[in-house]
Amino acid sequence: MSDKIIEMKSVNKWFGDFQVLKDVNLDVKQTQKIVVCGPSGSGKSTLIRCINRLEEHQKGTIIVDGNELTEDTKNIEKIRAEVGMVFQQFNLFPHLSILDNCTLAPIWVKKMPKKEAEELAMKQLEQVQIADQAKKFPGQLSGGQQQRSAIARALCMKPKIMLFDEPTSALDPEMIKEVLDAMVKLAKGGMTMIVVTHEMGFAKEVADEVIFMDEGMIVEKQPTKEFFANPKSDRTKLFLSQIL
Amino acid sequence: MSKINFLKPDKENLNTYLYSGSFLFFIAIFDVFINSFFEINITSFLPKIVSFLLPLILGIIGLHLIRIEFSGIKNLDLLNKNINTSTFNAVLTLLIIFTIIKSISPIMSWFIIDANIAGDTKEACTGSGACWTYIKIWLNRFIYGMYPNELQWRINISFILLITLAFVGLIPSAKIKKFLTLYYVVIYPIIAFILIYYLISGGSLGLEWVETGAWGGLSLTFIVSFFCLIFCFPVGMFLALGRRSVLPIVRYISIGFIEFWRGVPLITVLFMSSVMFPMFLPEDFFMDKLVRVIIAISLFEAAYVAEVIRGGLQALPRGQYDAAKSLGMGYWKMHIFVILPQALKLVIPGIANTFLALVKDTPLIFVVGLLEIVGMLNLAKTNPKWLGFAMEGYVFAAIIFWIICYAMSRYSQNLEIKYKTER
Repeated sequence: MSDKIIEMKSVNKWFGDFQVLKDVNLDVKQTQKIVVCGPSGSGKSTLIRCINRLEEHQKGTIIVDGNELTEDTKNIEKIRAEVGMVFQQFNLFPHLSILDNCTLAPIWVKKMPKKEAEELAMKQLEQVQIADQAKKFPGQLSGGQQQRSAIARALCMKPKIMLFDEPTSALDPEMIKEVLDAMVKLAKGGMTMIVVTHEMGFAKEVADEVIFMDEGMIVEKQPTKEFFANPKSDRTKLFLSQIL
Repeated sequence: MSKINFLKPDKENLNTYLYSGSFLFFIAIFDVFINSFFEINITSFLPKIVSFLLPLILGIIGLHLIRIEFSGIKNLDLLNKNINTSTFNAVLTLLIIFTIIKSISPIMSWFIIDANIAGDTKEACTGSGACWTYIKIWLNRFIYGMYPNELQWRINISFILLITLAFVGLIPSAKIKKFLTLYYVVIYPIIAFILIYYLISGGSLGLEWVETGAWGGLSLTFIVSFFCLIFCFPVGMFLALGRRSVLPIVRYISIGFIEFWRGVPLITVLFMSSVMFPMFLPEDFFMDKLVRVIIAISLFEAAYVAEVIRGGLQALPRGQYDAAKSLGMGYWKMHIFVILPQALKLVIPGIANTFLALVKDTPLIFVVGLLEIVGMLNLAKTNPKWLGFAMEGYVFAAIIFWIICYAMSRYSQNLEIKYKTER
């Protein structure tokens, strides 16, 4: 139950001369929900993009579900298939219908029969309440609907871990709730989640732990209640006072 | 009724202005028309310069009088808004109308009225216009080149078959639809090759062999264009991907290849393919001139196609790559299902551009002795019996090329509409 599914040991990353991640250590256990917050440019997005190797780290080790992330591409593709990701800009494939967006990877990466993949996709789309939009194209949907489709698309790969990179930042305020609702539902279902977000309400509701990052370092890592009730560092206090 | 001020037309005396203005305008047009078509100068009693400028002056006054804002007459407002907003625009409008009227008459007389098409010798052309007899007599050569007359049915059958097979995509059957891409990308070109190799070239199955040097005219234009288009596209696509590869060897080879072919003129490439290339081949190795030319043009155009496609690849947001990768897709799956469908859609206009240029570059194969339609024209115009009809020949070729290119252009526009998606 409490196996470590993600292990990051002294991870360092540079963009040119600029160090974006400084000695980051992070363990995530199965079914744990972690919210990562911090000012922009603090390395939150880079951190979770390293977990499925959309970014390469230069020093340290990252072990996801028992596999260490290395140069080996076969290995990386295997890990990526187990780690779902939802992006700030949705990144749906605009030339495919919502249903095809959801079935593309299961069919071609997991070699699932088309019919089975479509059933699975419809089930996931129902979970996020947009089954009726399945035949439409991404451009015809609202931002909230697109982001929920993106969540469904990621879930169709039956991932063990879900990464969310500021999933509500590009949405109109009135659409944020429908996306957060879908995420809360997912969290209650027992998914392991790492969420980069500024939605503190969401953090309070579902997170087991909250991480505060600044300048590439994890400044504070506390259970949710502790984090909001009595943050240790001054930097965290300042941040919280500004956004709450 | 208020006083009529001809300097400031207004809405109150709308009809007066409208009728007098239109009258002057049509007098002006009529003057030019009569002058151009019947060579009668109705204003010859005036001094020469005034007579010459009169239509313009009358036209300007006429258009000035009908320039009434918000007249309430829909067509008049439309006219004023589009071609009569100011005196300067009125002058431009008049000049354009006059130029069109003036040029219709000579063009018509050259093309039709004074042209000849009867007879079958040069002497039949007595009029001052075009001698279409020349085109008529040489038409067979312009289409089939030096291909023997009695064997031309082989070309006809091949082309009719190929055109028919091209419409397979219109069969509305779901079973067939699945294989359409495979059909057009792989099967159709193979059928085309087989037809051309066995039927047009001959040499087996009891058919007489016709060497490629005898091929020519419009049919050769089609053969060369068709195969070059088919080959240059995939090669260009791989070069575009290669140029963006993370593997340095692949990247540098692609860059080198693209920059080499883009840097040399097509005419040199063709020349080298026919003169220099065989020198590097072993003695007993023979490659047909036409095949060498097709390969040379394909590689040349592939470099251009590659850069066009690269433009499309770069226009895609990075998020598309991220999303595909995050779903566990490898390089090829990502490109085949996510990146290329979107990138190629974006570059349809650019690809069409390159393809049109390719078709219009085919006449250059004359440097290696292959005579497609323009080559045949050049040959025909130097025939001692038919000297002096270069003009007709080039106009004919221009019309043929325009029809081909316009059809391709329309087709690409259709594709754009068909594959348009909202982002």
